[in-house]
Amino acid sequence: MELPDAEQLLTALTAQLKPHVGPETALVGIRTGGAWLAERLHQSLGVAMPLGTLDISFYRDDFSQIGLHPEVEPSHIPFDVDSRHIILVDDVLYTGRTVRAAMNELFDYGRPASISLAVLVDRGGRELPVAAQFVGAHITLSDSQNVQLNQTGSGRLYLSLHGIATE
Amino acid sequence: MKKRNPQLNANGELHHLLTIEGLPRDILTHILNTAESFVTVAEREVKKVPLLRGKAIFNLFFENSTRTRTTFEIAAKRLSADVINLNIGSSSTSKGETLLDTVDNLSAMQADMFVVRHAQSGAAHLIARHVAPHIHVVNAGDGRHAHPTQGLLDMFTIRRYKEDFTRLRVAIVGDILHSRVARSEIHALNVLGVPEIRVIAPKTLLPTEVEQLGVHVYHDMAQGLKDVDVVMMLRLQNERMRGALLPSAGEFFKHYGLTADKLAHAKYDAIVMHPGPMNRGIEIDSGVADGKQSVILPQVTFGIAVRMAVMSILAGN
Repeated sequence: MELPDAEQLLTALTAQLKPHVGPETALVGIRTGGAWLAERLHQSLGVAMPLGTLDISFYRDDFSQIGLHPEVEPSHIPFDVDSRHIILVDDVLYTGRTVRAAMNELFDYGRPASISLAVLVDRGGRELPVAAQFVGAHITLSDSQNVQLNQTGSGRLYLSLHGIATE
Repeated sequence: MKKRNPQLNANGELHHLLTIEGLPRDILTHILNTAESFVTVAEREVKKVPLLRGKAIFNLFFENSTRTRTTFEIAAKRLSADVINLNIGSSSTSKGETLLDTVDNLSAMQADMFVVRHAQSGAAHLIARHVAPHIHVVNAGDGRHAHPTQGLLDMFTIRRYKEDFTRLRVAIVGDILHSRVARSEIHALNVLGVPEIRVIAPKTLLPTEVEQLGVHVYHDMAQGLKDVDVVMMLRLQNERMRGALLPSAGEFFKHYGLTADKLAHAKYDAIVMHPGPMNRGIEIDSGVADGKQSVILPQVTFGIAVRMAVMSILAGN
């Protein structure tokens, strides 16, 4: 299938987010794709606001099945979470499990006033009651397909499609 | 063909942590990298993550320890595990129960992990061979043999202050003979690629053929400390001393105690480490222990993050 252009989706997402950015807004990207995206959104929104990244490895619900992720990086939330309106940013919304883990982690930093979710691509397939308020594009994929955000050396974002090996 | 390392599972992943000896560099680096993330967890409002919810970790201390037991306990609690502390020196064994009977009984209480401190070298290995395959064992110090989490937290501390292991000159000072900490440090420094490891001690406190561990031997502090980046002090193990290895503690301090004068032979930015508990005025001068080159208290703090990393990696493998 033809995947949408990530840079165009970024522009669309920026336009959606712009009216919702206020003095207490902060962006938090989920590693790794969401962190790249949050950084780009932070630039394109052009507003001074705090930017953080989360590595949700310690909050995943599949630890007992697959163990600890081999490359955990420290989360970095360089602002007080209490009373913030947080826009959580991820590249692809699928089962909703990553978002659940990210929200749990955020609450260990404090009590935000609100959390909303911005994603570049919503591919359906939810397993939890999670919804994104800001979506670049909706696409439909089969369970055996995976869409992933990538970054070129010069920082350009693009989407790619992968098959999932069946066990 | 070498026998499979008893610490690793069939996939080559860490299943028990018994000794640093024989572990590949990527496993050590993975532990150190993971510990970085746990350092930031400890800086948050809620210093806990849910990784080991529902797991039961038994701290089996057959030998006294305050710092190691406490930091293992904090580490397990910050991973949301249930921790049970047993100071067994004073309990079942004095009633005649064997080590493995104690372990079997605790396994029957659905233990998921044992953290073991024992005066006998090899005690943790024995338990690791004995337990059911889903149970993990961490050696928290066995006799003179190994204290791998101490070795790892020391490596973490060095990396925090010095970054690149492959350019370092490191001196380990004091009672090498009785020290499981020294052995674990030497193995870890070798695995991580430190090019020059020195040990500084009187002949009576050095194991025979210590050079085979890949270290240079010095008997004089001025020579041994010259231009080193890291000074790792050891505790003079009074309770392990039998017979006349040393004339007196005072004599030891005069020759091998770390004072500002002796430390001046090291690089100006050398860090001073000590695994604790310190004997002030015996192996280290108070002014140095509390001085600006001392990283002794950060070692304690990092020890929690490193133990969290070890326990979460083991539990996930």
